[in-house]
Amino acid sequence: MGPLAPSDWQAVLVTLRLATVTTLVLLVVATPLAWWLARTRSWLRAPVEALAGLPLVLPPTVLGFYVLWALGPLGPIGRVWERLGGDRLVFSFRGLVIGSVLYGLPFAVQPLRNAFGAIGERPLEVAATLRASPLDRFLTIALPLARPGILTAATLAFAHTVGEFGVVLMIGGNIPGRTQVVSVAVYNHVEALEYAPAHVLSAGLLAFSFAVLLVVYTLGRRAGAEAP
Amino acid sequence: MSALDARFRLRVGALDLDIAFRAEPGVTAILGPSGAGKTTVLRCLAGLRRPADAVIHLGDAVWQDDRAGIFVPPHRRGVGYVFQEADLFAHLSVRRNLRYALDRAPEHRVRWDDAVAWLGVGPLLDRAPGRLSGGERQRVAIARALLSSPRLLLMDEPLSALDEVGRRDILPYIAELPARLALPIVYVSHSLTEVARLADHVVWLVDGRIRRAGPPADVLAHPEFAQWLGDAAAVVADAVVQGHDDRFHLTRLDGPWGPMLVRRHGSSEPGRRVRVQIAASDVSVGLARETDTSILNQFAVRVRDVTPTSPSDVLVRLGRDDGPALLARITRRSAHHLALAPGRDVYARVKSVAVLD
Repeated sequence: MGPLAPSDWQAVLVTLRLATVTTLVLLVVATPLAWWLARTRSWLRAPVEALAGLPLVLPPTVLGFYVLWALGPLGPIGRVWERLGGDRLVFSFRGLVIGSVLYGLPFAVQPLRNAFGAIGERPLEVAATLRASPLDRFLTIALPLARPGILTAATLAFAHTVGEFGVVLMIGGNIPGRTQVVSVAVYNHVEALEYAPAHVLSAGLLAFSFAVLLVVYTLGRRAGAEAP
Repeated sequence: MSALDARFRLRVGALDLDIAFRAEPGVTAILGPSGAGKTTVLRCLAGLRRPADAVIHLGDAVWQDDRAGIFVPPHRRGVGYVFQEADLFAHLSVRRNLRYALDRAPEHRVRWDDAVAWLGVGPLLDRAPGRLSGGERQRVAIARALLSSPRLLLMDEPLSALDEVGRRDILPYIAELPARLALPIVYVSHSLTEVARLADHVVWLVDGRIRRAGPPADVLAHPEFAQWLGDAAAVVADAVVQGHDDRFHLTRLDGPWGPMLVRRHGSSEPGRRVRVQIAASDVSVGLARETDTSILNQFAVRVRDVTPTSPSDVLVRLGRDDGPALLARITRRSAHHLALAPGRDVYARVKSVAVLD
């Protein structure tokens, strides 16, 4: 398998699995949140928006540290979770997903929010006069019209999770086959002066990231061109 | 066949809306300057806005009653709403736009084939909304509103986004709706032509208040309203076709002021009711019947009132107190010269009569 050891391939698999699960969770969590943010007039909008945007400016180590503490056996979430019979969250794949979801939140919320905002009030009002209930309007009008935004959100969330390093290291540590992701594996190889596998993994990530951005911008342009 | 009764208030921005009116089956036109609150009235009726101190009901169905704490959300009201810009769902074909309405209608009082035929949208069914002209989009939007089997139809300047040709094409489709639907239609417009042709009842809205309401013949002939219209001032009246003069290609009508002759009107058979419009600037006044004149129509009428509209002009309202009035825009000098005053018997000379349908 060339310069890559079996543990490197495992890191690739963990990374893909983490990014997939994180993206799915993010779409479920971020879609209603973005819908609410795009439409509410509540004073809570700004604080919630700021909170969801924190990962954009916070050092990953700081975010990772808080998540590590909260999920730990003595933290507010970890303690309750373990008392309910759950396995330890820190240094587990599950903990990794929680950290990644928090860290990727703004990357999913922003495009969704913009897409929902761009729909405007009118199609939803029309649907209301055609006897569509609020949930019906969301499912049959808002979601389909926001499709380009949903695609962008999913792609960005996936790519961002693949590229994550700090939060993962803080929460998941470096357990090969369980929590070790590609970015951490690169770090390990460089620490050990094994440049060949570091090169291969890095080049892989570089190519992947470029491809993702290419797709996002192509989609964005097409969506822009189709707009009336 | 339920009528709409609405009474509500709403303050929003500079608008202070406070109105009460009743819309019977047929077309109630809300007319007024921009900013008068016309669109806001429709939004309140649909439940898209929530006015205060409101009592809104359609027949037995209470849509809003703030004393009783009742507010029915728009999707449970059954209002067809045709917006100014036909807002078709961009992600659905014309057919699926129409199905969207049909699938959610609790009963199908308007059948698919009828709605498609009435609005002539059959050839458009498989097209995307983005590939339709403005007039086609608006026809689809109207068909969609009908297919939701509404109990009240709201139309917010449905022709204003169209050019002259588009307007002329779609007006006949709209004009035929009232007879087919038997439900109250509230039609917002600032076009006198549309209102004159369509309305059974006119509500004149100014600064959020109803300045005047009633049959179009009364409201349009009111001097205050005519003054607001300025040069466009005109009255309407219903007339019955008596017959045709084949030699000179004219049609004889029996109108409220007596018989009149108009240019041959298409296919109208005797007995058919048509609506005529007469501009105030096309009517002059004389004390005797003129014989050697090119004018075809002269009516013996009585002066009801004389209203100055500018330092040089007056509007003279003519007709019986209980019948439709004619308006004549003449100079103050002429009014003075003829000693026009309420009760005086005169002849109205009408230069031009427009038949509206």
